[in-house]
Amino acid sequence: MRYAMVIDTLKCVGCSDCVVACQTENNVPHGYCRDWITEAVSGSYPNLELELRSERCNHCANPPCVRCCPTGASHVVEGGIVLVTADQCIGCGACIESCPYDARYQHPDGYVDKCTFCHHRLEKGQQPACVSVCPTKCMYFGDLDDPNSEISQLLKNRKHKTLSPEAGTDPHVFYLI
Amino acid sequence: MEEELFTSGRNIPNIDPSLQIWHWPISLYLFLGGLAAGILFFAALFYLMGKEKQYPALKAAAVIPPIALSIGLLALVYDLTHPLYTWRLYTTFRIESPMSWGAWVLLITTPLSFLWLFSYYRSAFPKWESKLKLFKKFKFLEKFEKFLIANRTYMAYALVPLSIILGVYTGILLSAFNARPLWNNAILGPLFLTSGLSTGAAAIILLSRNREERHLFSKIDLALIVIEIALITHMIMGYYAGSQVQLEAMDLLVGGEFTLMFFGFVILLGLLVPAILEVIELLGYKVPVAVPAILVIIGGLIFRFIMVEAGQLTRYLY
Repeated sequence: MRYAMVIDTLKCVGCSDCVVACQTENNVPHGYCRDWITEAVSGSYPNLELELRSERCNHCANPPCVRCCPTGASHVVEGGIVLVTADQCIGCGACIESCPYDARYQHPDGYVDKCTFCHHRLEKGQQPACVSVCPTKCMYFGDLDDPNSEISQLLKNRKHKTLSPEAGTDPHVFYLI
Repeated sequence: MEEELFTSGRNIPNIDPSLQIWHWPISLYLFLGGLAAGILFFAALFYLMGKEKQYPALKAAAVIPPIALSIGLLALVYDLTHPLYTWRLYTTFRIESPMSWGAWVLLITTPLSFLWLFSYYRSAFPKWESKLKLFKKFKFLEKFEKFLIANRTYMAYALVPLSIILGVYTGILLSAFNARPLWNNAILGPLFLTSGLSTGAAAIILLSRNREERHLFSKIDLALIVIEIALITHMIMGYYAGSQVQLEAMDLLVGGEFTLMFFGFVILLGLLVPAILEVIELLGYKVPVAVPAILVIIGGLIFRFIMVEAGQLTRYLY
């Protein structure tokens, strides 16, 4: 099993509903977020191109944050999800320094926090909060190892990219373009 | 044109707009760790070579590593945001994590540096002992000192590799982060080790009262400065030959906001001027030896601050 997320940048309108859903579901402290919307503009006027992306931890297959963690608080669980055990984390910040996506932050209580792919919801057979609320249905979540899953089919049939693949982390959030 | 904006209003403390997770305690620790490693390395090496009697400043300098490492450790813990869980470092050993290596090496080296100092306490600091009279108050210290002096060779054998690991680790700690292109080069470990040894030699020069000894450590320091300049040149060449993210990282040091600090304080005042002064001194002219030594130490400190600060400004773009 290999969990992954696929986000259709052509359908995303950047409404930030995923951001609010995550903050509510995971009780994210005020002023922090585990996911966010990036608006990327390229080109020069009048030939501008706009891309909207909902970004979060990429649950990399080669996660530098897990490698550099001195206590083992950052770890990978079944399905390739990268998690942090709060009472093993000393708040040294090494994982934050190591993340090319700046996807982690120091929780006001001291430990490091990040997107969990809503691991607690997956255990109940539900989708991650961000995916389940998306009003344009531009986010997909599933098992990459299953060739018949919705995300495997999308990645088979649509042009896609990952963020900073040159960082060598093998990210597992895919963007349809 | 490329422009990226967080439209969901992301403004996380210490992360946006630019990373500031590691503050001055980390830079201070990297400097103190290197300094302690340098002094311990020379002290242990010269002891093993049987030359400690010729160089009394090595004994006096033994007082620096325990203090430097203690302050450094306090600084490290101060920078943790979940410090009550610090003991978690010692319930595991993570072979891939430089910080885990560092934590374990410090756990062994810090007490060892205290024992090393204590074994010289009575012979190197007779004035302190005549004031404190520790050996009169606590009888068991006599036996303990005897035991330490008898085992000094083993301590020295342990300290040589430990001090090298400690010195290299201060650089590897940064260079292991692929996400920060300024740090992510293989030369940073040897570079910080060389800089640490150089500041260690400078500290020994400062404490030395003996001309021959000062000359020897001036020569050692000069050689280390030359190596350090070569390593810094290679580091910058590596950025020049690197990818876009490394070119942008280099811009901070060459032409960007850290240029004056880097070339003015680290390269010129911290390396070139002391090297020239040391050459002049070795040629027989009178130069107050404290000047190059202090410049080397301050240069080493500023270098750590620049690398920690500037490294966090560099990142991948996507």
